[in-house]
Amino acid sequence: MTKSADIPVIDPFEAALGVTDVKGRSPWQDAWHRLLKNRAAVYSAFIMAAMFLMVVFGPMLISWEPDYTDWDYTSSPPSLASGHWFGTDAVGRDILVRTLEGGRISLMVGLVATIVSLLIGVSYGATAGYFGGAADRIMMRIVDIIYALPFMFFVILLMVVFGRHILLIFVAIGAINWLDMARIVRGQTLSLKNTEFVEAAKACGVGDWDIIRRHITPNLLGVVIVYVTLTIPQVILVESFLSFLGLGVQEPMSSWGALVSDGAQDMESAPWTLIVPSVFLTVTLYCFNYIGDGLRDALDPKDHL
Amino acid sequence: MIQDSGMARHALWRLLGLIPTLLMLITVAFFLMRVAPGGPFDTEKLLPDDIEANLNARYHLDEPLLQQYFRYLGQVAVFDFGPSIQYKDWTVNELIRQGMPVSLTIGVAAMVLAFIFGTLLGITAALRQNTRADYALMGVAMLGISIPNFVVAPILILLLAVYAGWLPAGGWDWSIASMVLPVVTLSLPVTAYIARLTRGSMIEVMHSNFIRSARAKGLPESVVIRRHALRPALLPVISFLGPATAGMISGSVIIERIFSIPGLGSYFVQGALNRDYTLVMGVVIFYGVLIILLNFLVDMIYAWLNPRVRYDKKR
Amino acid sequence: MALLEVKDLDVGFDTPEGEVHAVNHLEFSLEAGDTLALVGESGSGKTQTVMGILGLLAENGHASGQALFKGKDLLQMNSLELNQHRGSEIAMIFQDPMTSLNPYLRIEKQMIEVVMHHGGLKKAEARTKAVELLRAVRIADPERIIRQYPHELSGGMRQKVMVAMGLLSEPELLIADEPTAALDVTVKAQITHLMSELRKKSNAAIILISHDLGIVAGLCDRVLVMYAGEAVECGSVDQIYYEPKHPYTQGLLNSVPRLDRPDDTEMVAIPGNPPNLLSLPGGCKFRDRCPKAFDACTQSPPMQVGQDLHAYRCFLGVPT
Repeated sequence: MTKSADIPVIDPFEAALGVTDVKGRSPWQDAWHRLLKNRAAVYSAFIMAAMFLMVVFGPMLISWEPDYTDWDYTSSPPSLASGHWFGTDAVGRDILVRTLEGGRISLMVGLVATIVSLLIGVSYGATAGYFGGAADRIMMRIVDIIYALPFMFFVILLMVVFGRHILLIFVAIGAINWLDMARIVRGQTLSLKNTEFVEAAKACGVGDWDIIRRHITPNLLGVVIVYVTLTIPQVILVESFLSFLGLGVQEPMSSWGALVSDGAQDMESAPWTLIVPSVFLTVTLYCFNYIGDGLRDALDPKDHL
Repeated sequence: MIQDSGMARHALWRLLGLIPTLLMLITVAFFLMRVAPGGPFDTEKLLPDDIEANLNARYHLDEPLLQQYFRYLGQVAVFDFGPSIQYKDWTVNELIRQGMPVSLTIGVAAMVLAFIFGTLLGITAALRQNTRADYALMGVAMLGISIPNFVVAPILILLLAVYAGWLPAGGWDWSIASMVLPVVTLSLPVTAYIARLTRGSMIEVMHSNFIRSARAKGLPESVVIRRHALRPALLPVISFLGPATAGMISGSVIIERIFSIPGLGSYFVQGALNRDYTLVMGVVIFYGVLIILLNFLVDMIYAWLNPRVRYDKKR
Repeated sequence: MALLEVKDLDVGFDTPEGEVHAVNHLEFSLEAGDTLALVGESGSGKTQTVMGILGLLAENGHASGQALFKGKDLLQMNSLELNQHRGSEIAMIFQDPMTSLNPYLRIEKQMIEVVMHHGGLKKAEARTKAVELLRAVRIADPERIIRQYPHELSGGMRQKVMVAMGLLSEPELLIADEPTAALDVTVKAQITHLMSELRKKSNAAIILISHDLGIVAGLCDRVLVMYAGEAVECGSVDQIYYEPKHPYTQGLLNSVPRLDRPDDTEMVAIPGNPPNLLSLPGGCKFRDRCPKAFDACTQSPPMQVGQDLHAYRCFLGVPT
């Protein structure tokens, strides 16, 4: 009958295999590696970086002012000779510089409205998730109700009500788009609250705030990053819808939506006025969607959307 | 039978939940409109005070806001949306009756199109996972989600109406030709989203243990897919139909503008711009009720398809 | 001709980290009426062996070697050909009935589709047969149960349904993967009893995958012990239980409570962990945990087969 004390100690497992240094990988590193393998996301990130640079620095480098009307070249197609590489619109304004300037507005609205969305969504969701019970049920019911309604109507109403001030656009759009974020954050908070490592922390006497800071927040970070990246294109889209309807940013400011709207007017005679801003807008949305998708797959690998 | 009482109870529960939604919708829209600076008569040339007072009285705009609110609720309860302020000879009910068939036709057609094509594409991609066909289909789907409909519409008009001359560039005369572009454009983003959703869901289902069991029983793959995989795979898509409709209604506002279609979306935008309170409220409530009913229907269909949802109250 | 003859079976999976070798050079054979138990730790390759034979591996899996069922190689068949044998002559009972049954279909539909497809029965006949079988597995009120969904049944009933489904087509070879895991003792006994009755009635061959040595002893004639994807010992139940030759088998038998030993006998766990299937060590795969390892073990040990057909893969007892 063998007793454990009788079994001789044998060579350590790793040494016998010849494997000496098994370095562990943190979940963040794992996620990073997965992200890098997603070619679509990586290419999109490069394109977006290029887009940012173009939009920020482009107008400074191009010789034309966005509201400069070049009477020699009204509605002229793209050509290197005229100096208007992407053509001009009906009153002779250079399309490229207008598109890049419009990009500044569109992207800025995208970022700021997303931040508004983020703040509202995260606080709402985390509160609902952390407190649970009746408060959670009521809060989520409200989200369900709002989710079921056509957002466009409310945004239009808001714009009509409050006028077309740019700050209000941020707020209006952000106020509509926080729902997804709230739902996700609430779900994550709920599941985190009940995890064993939080229980263990509580058992060791770690206070509520410390738990939130050290355990819950880093785990929320992942989902928040994903949804921020996915919210940005949604918000840009809403802003461009508004601009298209004439309810967005006021002249002389212009965004991609407004440019597309203008371009659609002249599309038969000057299709480039439609195509150039459309391409910029579409490429931006396309890339952000891929990046968001890639982030989601990297942080939560499942073969879904 | 046991399952019927489960379904009935579920249905009743859901129905009760609709009322607060509706109430909230009406309240928010009502007060939002009233908060807007400017009244419906400000845009017209300056009216003498007494005429303006008469107009205000006629539409009850001189009463305290809360009183107007309750008066309105009472009217809505009997489906009377009141007269349009902007179109003086018309009641809102009449305007809705005019615009509704158009918007409804486009909406329903677009939804059916989106569901059929979306699921077909998604299933095809899922069954050819990680092949070139899969990547191509999903790339196109992503594009469908990313291109705004006000970009697609003018481009399609340019190509198919202006250059090729096959379809009209706008307008609505109940002919199939005039329906094609608006319906297709409206359905595009939803089709794309459904395609991606279906693909993901199908892939997940095909990897489940019960699919392996079905194969171990020696059933042909087509039967495995049809009988065992399809229903669970489509459940997330069914759930999505509610928000999809809301999204489509949002999109219809733009589509009706671009294609000059006399639907409810156009009425809404015009009404909002002209402070036509009654018209705006009427359209909002109409669409709201529609969406709420549709969500309810979708919930019921989901419960019918997913037996686990029905009975979780019992165990 | 043997009912099932497995020769040199290899099962591997392509993963981003490399190839996972789940099963290596496995060989065994089965005659009609034989009961063979595949025994081993989690990860020893028992389930993947069977999945490989039946063509049910995951997409990144591949199997090579030969698996001759009544003389025809299952590994060379495409799904169309496999489908003629799966569910009819070869039936499989899966491990986890909650996930192995389709939650969206009623029990009835899932049961009758097998016999309707393979046996050509009409719906009514198939239903009668299914109800009969549910009664045979001691499910009370089978007419009601059959109309229910899997989540409405208890764990034990679900498992019985799985067993009934496996028996429905009267298979010649029944493969049961942990059919009694997570069930209470009385249900375990019932199911084991059912399977042995089947074997007596129809002379079906049974492959039982289990790490419950008690069930194995009660049901099976022969035992194949697997470790790290390889067969390390094979013999009759008596040989394995009373005269284990391979140190791993000995370790296994020492780690379970036994009625035939004094109460205060210590249960000794085998120290260490099974090897990483991504990078299997050369030589004997058990040597790092083996209390009797010596220098020869760095080479691949031979499979020693005694006259009594008791085989084990070890250098111990090899005449020098």
